[in-house]
Amino acid sequence: MEDSVLQSFQWFWNLFGLWDWVWGWFAPLWPLTWWIIKILAIFVPLLLGVAYLTWLERRVIGFMQVRMGPNRVGWFGLLQPIADGLKLFFKEVILPAKADPWLFFLAPALAMAPAVTVWAVIPFFDGGALADLDAGVLFLLAVTSLGVYGIIIAGWASNSKYPFLGSMRSAAQMVSYEIAMGLALVCVLMVSNSLNLTDIIRAQGQGVFADYGAGFLSWNWLPLLPMFLVYLISGVAEINRAPFDVVEGESEIVAGHMVEYSGMAFAMFFLAEYANMILVSALVSIFFLGGWLSPVGFLPDGVHWLSVKMFFILLCFLWFRATFPRYRYDQIMRLGWKVFVPLCLLWIPVVGVWMMSPFNIWK
Amino acid sequence: MEAKTLLFYLFSAVLLFAALRVITARNPVHAVLYLVLAFFNAAGLWLTLEAEFLALALVMVYVGAVMVLFLFVVMMLDIDITRLRQGFWANMPLAATLGLVMAAEMVWVLSTDFFASGVFFNESMPADYSNTKELGRLLFTDYVYPFELASIILLVAIIAAVVLTLRRRTDVRHLDPAKQIAVKHADRIRVVQMPAEKEAE
Repeated sequence: MEDSVLQSFQWFWNLFGLWDWVWGWFAPLWPLTWWIIKILAIFVPLLLGVAYLTWLERRVIGFMQVRMGPNRVGWFGLLQPIADGLKLFFKEVILPAKADPWLFFLAPALAMAPAVTVWAVIPFFDGGALADLDAGVLFLLAVTSLGVYGIIIAGWASNSKYPFLGSMRSAAQMVSYEIAMGLALVCVLMVSNSLNLTDIIRAQGQGVFADYGAGFLSWNWLPLLPMFLVYLISGVAEINRAPFDVVEGESEIVAGHMVEYSGMAFAMFFLAEYANMILVSALVSIFFLGGWLSPVGFLPDGVHWLSVKMFFILLCFLWFRATFPRYRYDQIMRLGWKVFVPLCLLWIPVVGVWMMSPFNIWK
Repeated sequence: MEAKTLLFYLFSAVLLFAALRVITARNPVHAVLYLVLAFFNAAGLWLTLEAEFLALALVMVYVGAVMVLFLFVVMMLDIDITRLRQGFWANMPLAATLGLVMAAEMVWVLSTDFFASGVFFNESMPADYSNTKELGRLLFTDYVYPFELASIILLVAIIAAVVLTLRRRTDVRHLDPAKQIAVKHADRIRVVQMPAEKEAE
């Protein structure tokens, strides 16, 4: 792909007959430029995805609740996210008098940075990851565990009661559900025998069903069905979405850690939350739904399948929000520690015994 | 200068600065956040030594979980900084002695032949070498007994901590979610049929 991009540059500059001159001083800069192009190719669609996910959420929930949703700005309200973005951009960012000025502005950045950084290891198609790390899953767990800092620091730096309560809730909730997510991933790592995300997807393309052309039955979701559900539900809790959104429960603590934020500082938290939603949908697709693999043998693999799977998971998130009432805080903790963690701890030996038995399907 | 050397100096400089700020920062929350920064740079140093498992585990365990709970506790504490500083000079001689002993021990360990020879660091592994896999293999073959022993000690520590801090309060009402879900409307609601009142004559 690098060559074809380079060739198109060459073609463009040759129109003016300047290629040799341009390449003369540009050649040492090319590797850096190529990295930046790749980063932008991930980052720009991600931001667009975040913008239109907010639009989709309002339209879909509107549809489910038999109302319109945004439909005034642009065709079907399609320019609504742009209008919202512009509005937030031009609003004043207010610094509360007794807030910690440094940490108050560090917090939104700390919330956003991990949500974007993790995309470096996500493989979009075979060989299509920015960094194809061998310890990809470890990197992913390490970086996603940093996301909680933005929320905690925001709550503390605001020097206000509701944000502080929100950040305390999030600290406990995110740390608890990280354990269930990590243990669910252990099963995936066992059956795919790798920490590399590309290898995990490739391993899902093999199996009895895949040989018969019904690849979707060979993906991890079927043999690891309990872990798939644990991972999906813990993912919802990890990104603080309904029905686990006690961190910013409107009826209890207004907006949790975001109460004191306005303008772009607030928008950063908002962007981080939706970027994390898209990220969790990508992770569920990669670990359990075969990533870029095609569900049936006669259709080609590719990034479009990953998009379809992510879209489906995202729709499920919106659906959950429109369907379930908010969990009570102690019940969230109970679900995490007393249901999911023991279930994972039980399923790890089950998978281990299964792999050692003659019925092993992951050879 | 090689990029790796440059990275080493960058990480070490930030690490030393952050470590210094941990003990000099007036605000305990700032101190904890500097400690997080220090851990992060230590992880960076380990990455330059090709110990990616240790580096990522450090970020995952210490930065992602331990320090979050630490921050949680520090934020909840009502810390009076002036009172904390009162005993500073009284405790200084003991603290300085302990610090010097530790520094001397570190110098002593690092100047042994094992570290001084340099074989430890210079060997670069091929690109497909998986540090994580090798570490796992060693832990579950050669070092399986020490490993299991360590995990049992940790388990004992966890249970001990729970037992020591568990208070069975009798004045709170406990909920049993299974019972709550199993409730039928007949258990809670009694429909009473009453004849209509007679019209006043």
